[in-house]
Amino acid sequence: MNLDELVRRGPCEWEVPMRGDMRVPAIVYGSEALVAEMDDKVLEQASNVAKLPGIVRASYAMPDAHWGYGFPIGGVAAFDPERGGVVSAGGVGFDISCGVRCLLTGLRAEDILAVQRPLAEALFARIPAGVGSTGAIRLDVARMEAMLVGGARWAVDQGWGTPADLERIEERGQMPHAKPDKVSALAKKRQRDEMGTLGSGNHYLEVQRVAEVFDESIAGAFGLRVDDAVVMIHCGSRGLGHQIGTEFLREMAIAAKGFGIALPDRELACAPIRSDLGEAYLGAMRSAINCALANRQILTHLVREVFAGLLPAARMPLLYDVSHNTCKLETHRIDGHERALFVHRKGATRALGPGHPELPESLRLAGQPVLIGGSMGTGSYVLAGTARSESLAFSSACHGAGRAMSRHQAVACWRGRQVVDDLAARGIMVRSPSSRGIAEEAPGAYKDVSEVVDATDAAGLARKVAKLVPLVCVKG
Amino acid sequence: MGREPAAGVSTAMQEHWEHYEHGADIGVRGIGATMAGAFEQAALALTAVITDPVGVAVHDAIDIACEAPDAELLLAQWLNALVYEMAVRRMLFGRYRVEIDGTRLRAQAFGEPTSVERHRPAVEVKGATYTSLRVAPTADGGWMAQTVVDV
Repeated sequence: MNLDELVRRGPCEWEVPMRGDMRVPAIVYGSEALVAEMDDKVLEQASNVAKLPGIVRASYAMPDAHWGYGFPIGGVAAFDPERGGVVSAGGVGFDISCGVRCLLTGLRAEDILAVQRPLAEALFARIPAGVGSTGAIRLDVARMEAMLVGGARWAVDQGWGTPADLERIEERGQMPHAKPDKVSALAKKRQRDEMGTLGSGNHYLEVQRVAEVFDESIAGAFGLRVDDAVVMIHCGSRGLGHQIGTEFLREMAIAAKGFGIALPDRELACAPIRSDLGEAYLGAMRSAINCALANRQILTHLVREVFAGLLPAARMPLLYDVSHNTCKLETHRIDGHERALFVHRKGATRALGPGHPELPESLRLAGQPVLIGGSMGTGSYVLAGTARSESLAFSSACHGAGRAMSRHQAVACWRGRQVVDDLAARGIMVRSPSSRGIAEEAPGAYKDVSEVVDATDAAGLARKVAKLVPLVCVKG
Repeated sequence: MGREPAAGVSTAMQEHWEHYEHGADIGVRGIGATMAGAFEQAALALTAVITDPVGVAVHDAIDIACEAPDAELLLAQWLNALVYEMAVRRMLFGRYRVEIDGTRLRAQAFGEPTSVERHRPAVEVKGATYTSLRVAPTADGGWMAQTVVDV
């Protein structure tokens, strides 16, 4: 990206001044090196988002931003329903509520290493992963409706997890105002066999070791010490979310003209929040959020069962569960006034600062855990929300490393077997049904997540707490 | 009639598919003598995101019909219909026959149930996006149909 087009507002803050039809400026967060490396398309897409009706304050791009669909991946934008604001299916994306959760284990890394191979095999055998895999749970119409309304709370009611888990999930595990009647029969059918499945692509389940702690006090509040073992799960709303995204993208793209919305890019398909279509999408999208929360909850239950069999000493409370691709109704202070805004985060994590009323009591002093997934080789991070993040980007932070090269380039560079062997030599045990899938997800195909996390910390979006490195990885 | 390929061009044209780069994902592109041919090739490119289409046996046929206000949305609709059928039927397709009549498409997709052992599917496609979505005549009188798919 050409830095000459940007005005530097701080060490890690860059502004694209308003021009053309932009209603607000675009703000890109990142170090000079990260922003210089970003694709020009990020600038173009962040500027396009700034043209949408009802956008408030600015269109933001996080330090891991890259070329997405309509919105950049790593994009954040808030819209005011009272000022013609829109909701965008493209601004949420296909994998609605794709996200990450982290489970503590009460175990040390050495406990994992003692059973590393059988644990990897048992997790791989128990967690349905990859193309065409199905879960053990079949939902009839009534249970499907209950799941879409109840989210993780529904899953806990079914016996998959404990009520304590719900405290540690955004919206207490249940997205309100879901409307399963706005979810098509096709989307429900596509989900029928997919509850409790990991999916493929960049989705994974890892057992990790806390390699480094940067903030002892917050890490203590999160229950993280160096050499502790944790479990990280990355997946989303599976076929149901993909189908809802597909259907509403089309409907909004066709309807935009009728709403008098000029789309700078068809992928920015959107509808006024206060319209039948906008409300239908919100009802369906919220159902998909519940589907993702229920899915991660079921996977959590499966993981706990595997651990109970091999490591009976394990105690596995949920540290936290974050979603990356969402649109949520939130209250933010704009020019001294509280306003209810619909905040889109596309490949961005909500990061509530200390004292936020939505945080459970046990996390209120420390701030929200912000879970950042990296690649198989480079590791992941736990950050904490800051008070400043609210004024910087509606309390948002980065979500992951982002790719450094395409899947094609990755396959040309590596073979799956070789990646598995290289990682094994470094003490990381990888299991996956797809060798090509592993090559496409090779560690070298991703940017170094450390740089992204450092920039996120330096920008004040979230505070660095701990670094995690994988011991076992199940790839979809 | 200007865009109708001359017979010679049509037979000389090599129908084919290809992938192109898009940051985190993959672009699928079909080149054909006709728009329908380009749609068939784009669908093969979609299969190739998941597995080598040559390795998919084509003994089961399913019918697909869709429509859209314009050719580009029709391409996205077609690819998304295939994404749906692959997901719900747990099938892969190795051959396609497409007919396009204005804004309507009727097609048959030929394939078999997904076998993890044999097909070694690399990745699941979540949906066809509208990013770099384009359906257009080519300079040599054929057609090109492309878009980026989210994986």
